[in-house]
Amino acid sequence: MVDPKNLSNIIESILFGAGRPMRLSEMKTLLGSQNMDVDLPSIRIALSLLEERFVETSIEIKEVASGFRMQIKEEYGDYLYPLWNDSSSRLSKALMETVSIVAYKQPVTRGDIEDIRGVTVSTQIIRSLLDREWIKVSGYRDVPGRPALYETTKTFLNDLNLKSINELPPLPEALPADETVDQLEAG
Amino acid sequence: MKSQAQLEFPHFKGESLTQLPVDLFIPPEALEIYLEDFSGPMDVLLYLIQKKDIDILDLDISEITEQYIQYIELMDTLKIELAADYLVMAATLAQIKSRMLIPQSDEEEEEVDPRSELIRRLQEYQRYKSASEYISNIPRLDRDFFLASTSLPRFKEREESLDISAKALAEIFNEAATRPKFSDKHEIHFEELSTQDRIALILSILRKRNVIQFFQTYQKKEGNQGVVVALLASLDLAKDGHVELIQNKDSNQLYLKSTNRGIH
Repeated sequence: MVDPKNLSNIIESILFGAGRPMRLSEMKTLLGSQNMDVDLPSIRIALSLLEERFVETSIEIKEVASGFRMQIKEEYGDYLYPLWNDSSSRLSKALMETVSIVAYKQPVTRGDIEDIRGVTVSTQIIRSLLDREWIKVSGYRDVPGRPALYETTKTFLNDLNLKSINELPPLPEALPADETVDQLEAG
Repeated sequence: MKSQAQLEFPHFKGESLTQLPVDLFIPPEALEIYLEDFSGPMDVLLYLIQKKDIDILDLDISEITEQYIQYIELMDTLKIELAADYLVMAATLAQIKSRMLIPQSDEEEEEVDPRSELIRRLQEYQRYKSASEYISNIPRLDRDFFLASTSLPRFKEREESLDISAKALAEIFNEAATRPKFSDKHEIHFEELSTQDRIALILSILRKRNVIQFFQTYQKKEGNQGVVVALLASLDLAKDGHVELIQNKDSNQLYLKSTNRGIH
C-alpha cells in the first residue's frame, strides 16, 4: 500500500506537469506504469488531501469536463491577466453569440445560427471556434447541400470551468409578446 | 476591480445614437462602428426597442429608400456580406410599415399582424443574446483564471535505457569483434576489352588480307588481357569455321587464315 501523503505528492506532480485536465483513470494508468497498483478511490483521497494542502495557497484543484487540473485561484487571476493580455483572450460579441447558440441548440447548422442571429455567420467566426476547439463538426444534416452540424466540445467546458453542458442555466424565457409589441409601438 | 468580462462589452459611443433612429437601420459611414459594437441588425433593433426610442410606424419610407440607394453605392468599399444583413432588416421594416398603412376592410378576416414574424424573431434572438451574455461572463481560462502548470511539453521524448551490465556489454562486443568474416566486398569491373569487339576487328582485317599472324591481333600495350581476348576471339572464329588456325612445324608462329565463309 502506497503512503497516502506520498501518493498525493505524486498526483500533484502529475497534475502540475501535465498542465491539462487528467482523468482519474489516466492517473491510475500512469501510476501503473511505475508498478504502483492504486485504485481510483485512493486517488480521490490523494486528491482531497492535495486540495486541503492547497487551501492556504494560490493554487486549487478543479474538476472540469476532461478531468482534474491544477489552476491558479480566480482571485489571483487579475495579477496574471496583464501577462496574458493578448488579443486571443478577447472574443467578439458575434463569436460569443454563435457559440452560445451552438451550446443551447446543438447540433446546429450555420443556417440555424443565421436564422436566430439575423446575420450571416462569417466563415472566420466558425474557423476561429473550430481552431479554439470550442466547437466541432458532429455530422451532416440530411438535407440538400448536407450542411455540417456543429456541437460544443469538452474543451469549451474545460475553458469555462464546467463539468457538463447541463451546468449552464436553462435558456432564458422569451419576453412576453405583448410586452414586445408594446415596446414596438411605444415612442 | 472591474471584471474583464465587462470590458468586453464596450458601451456604445454616447447616447447620441438614439437621437438618430432613422439612420440606424442603414448606417452608411458608421458601419464599421456598428459592426464592432453590435453583432447584427437584430441586435441594433433590439437595442433601439429597449431604449424605447423607436416607433417602427414612424419610419419614413422615402427616406429609407433614399438611404438604401446611397448604401448600395457605398457597398463597393464596405463589407458587402455584412451590409446585406442590414439591408434585409431595412427592407423588412419598410415592408411592415407599408402593410400597416393599408387600411383594413371590415369584411376580411382579421389579418395577421405584419409585425408578428419580426417580433417572434426578435424574441428568439433576445433569448440567445441573454444566454450569450451569461456565457461571456462565466470565468474563462486565460482571461479570468489560469492554469498552474510546469508545462513539460516534451515529456514523452524520454530516452530508452538498456537493462545491461558493462561486463555483458564487453562480452557482446568481443564476440562481435571476433566473428569470422562471412562477407567481403566484390567489385565489378567493366570489361575494357571485349571478345565480341575483337572478333569484329579480326574479321574486318581478314576482309582485306587473307591471312594474319596471331600477334597482329593484339597490341603490346593491352598486356595479358589483350592476348587472352585475342585468343578467345580466334578460337571463337575457328569454332564457327570463319578462320583456320595454322601453325607450321618449324615455326612457333600462329596464323589465322580466312575460310571466306560468312565474311563477304
